[in-house]
Amino acid sequence: MGELDWTSIPGALPFLWAGMVTTLEITLLAVLVGIVWGTLLAIMRMSGVKLLSWFAAGYVNLFRSIPLVMVLLWFFLIVPALLESLFNTPRSADTRLSSAMVAFALFEAAYYSEIIRAGIQSVAKGQLGAASALGLTYAQAMTMVILPQAFRNMVPLLLTQGIILFQDTSLVYVSSLADFFGAAYKVGDRDGRLVEMLLFAGAVYFLICFSASLLVRRFQKKVAT
Amino acid sequence: MIAIKNVSKHYGSFQVLSECSTQVAKGEVIVVCGPSGSGKSTLIKCVNGLEPFQSGEIIVNGISVGDPKTNLPKLRAHVGMVFQNFELFPHMSVTDNLALAQVKVLGRSREEAVQRGHQLLERVGLLAQAEKFPGQLSGGQQQRVAIARALSMDPICMLFDEPTSALDPEMVKEVLDVMVGLAQEGMTMMVVTHEMGFARRVAHRVIFMDQGRIVEDAPKEDFFGAPRSERAQLFLSKILQH
Ligand SMILES: Nc1ncnc2c1ncn2[C@@H]1O[C@H](COP(=O)(O)OP(=O)(O)O)[C@@H](O)[C@H]1O
Ligand SMILES: [Mg+2]
Repeated sequence: MGELDWTSIPGALPFLWAGMVTTLEITLLAVLVGIVWGTLLAIMRMSGVKLLSWFAAGYVNLFRSIPLVMVLLWFFLIVPALLESLFNTPRSADTRLSSAMVAFALFEAAYYSEIIRAGIQSVAKGQLGAASALGLTYAQAMTMVILPQAFRNMVPLLLTQGIILFQDTSLVYVSSLADFFGAAYKVGDRDGRLVEMLLFAGAVYFLICFSASLLVRRFQKKVAT
Repeated sequence: MIAIKNVSKHYGSFQVLSECSTQVAKGEVIVVCGPSGSGKSTLIKCVNGLEPFQSGEIIVNGISVGDPKTNLPKLRAHVGMVFQNFELFPHMSVTDNLALAQVKVLGRSREEAVQRGHQLLERVGLLAQAEKFPGQLSGGQQQRVAIARALSMDPICMLFDEPTSALDPEMVKEVLDVMVGLAQEGMTMMVVTHEMGFARRVAHRVIFMDQGRIVEDAPKEDFFGAPRSERAQLFLSKILQH
């Protein structure tokens, strides 16, 4: 192994940036859909309606017991076929990005639903009684009284889960989709500077995630006081 | 106004309420007392359907609470309830605590709801605190806001579950004063409390509960004169000591 040579990095920046945009797109969409679907799963799980709570519990346990990379692979295989049959998209169309988004969103929802369920349970039980006693329906009490308090308590955990997801998106390399990690790998391979490129990519991941968790921690302290 | 007929409730094999019957006429003030765990909270929460019960019947203003066809939110909108731990919504200002259900349940405009809320805050002496959050208020102030919040729905009757037992002693009076005022205006009230001074001043009847049963249900004069059951005598002598 020769000397490290960083000179290929500046030229690669536009390509790396495009990869970062893909990474951020997947992360953001998965966080948003994951939180919405996760909230619904959490409510189903606690609804007391047997069918719904079984479904939600089954869903959560299933996704939490399968390696993420396998879920991703399945979706890369299944979603194109599904899209083809539903919308007649040509088989050649590049559905890797949408497959990745769907897979991450559904997978993350399982984790988010557990965080959200704990958050809902952390809101004092009397609050639901008080809201109901005023004549609010269960749905109104949930959306106006319970969930706002639950989410306020949960923000640090939700953000931390988002940071983990940001790193996990690198697993899309199994579909050779050029996210930030994939882009770094490709360009490093092309220029014969794989080691430098992967060290650089690692440093970027570290910087972003570490500063994000510092922000979360500071926010957590502010909320606690 | 409220009729409770042979109401029983159990958790598994544990009987929380057995064959409870009583009624509250319009304008009447009923005090419910009894040892901790005797089922007072459970009984009062059955009245607005916050707790389900397995047998018997409760009729509030002509509507059967236990009937599965009854629209409970609609019924509850007109039955005010005040809790031991206040249960104000901590993420909303005092004004919004009072406005929320008026707007969402009664369909009042926001201006109307805020105006009605402020009228009631003035009545409980807390208009100056309208823009604060519950966490910034003392326990006594929070409970007065909670009473104002219940009144903002123009209830036909009010249920209180130990409204002063979570308060520091010096704050009990400010809450009781509001409740006495309500009673004197003719509000129909069912009050779980151990404040016998309050019972003596405004109650029409006193109910004594023990182990899920209504043991005594007597006019105030009779109850304080000479309660019939030994349990009630013992209970009274204990709580009157301090
Ligand atoms: N969800 C529950 N499951 C089992 N037992 C309960 C439940 N809620 C209340 N209880 C029991 O019911 C009894 C009556 O409770 P409660 O109505 O709160 O009494 P009180 O208000 O008179 O102190 C208590 O013994 C309590 O432990
Ligand atoms: Mg109680």
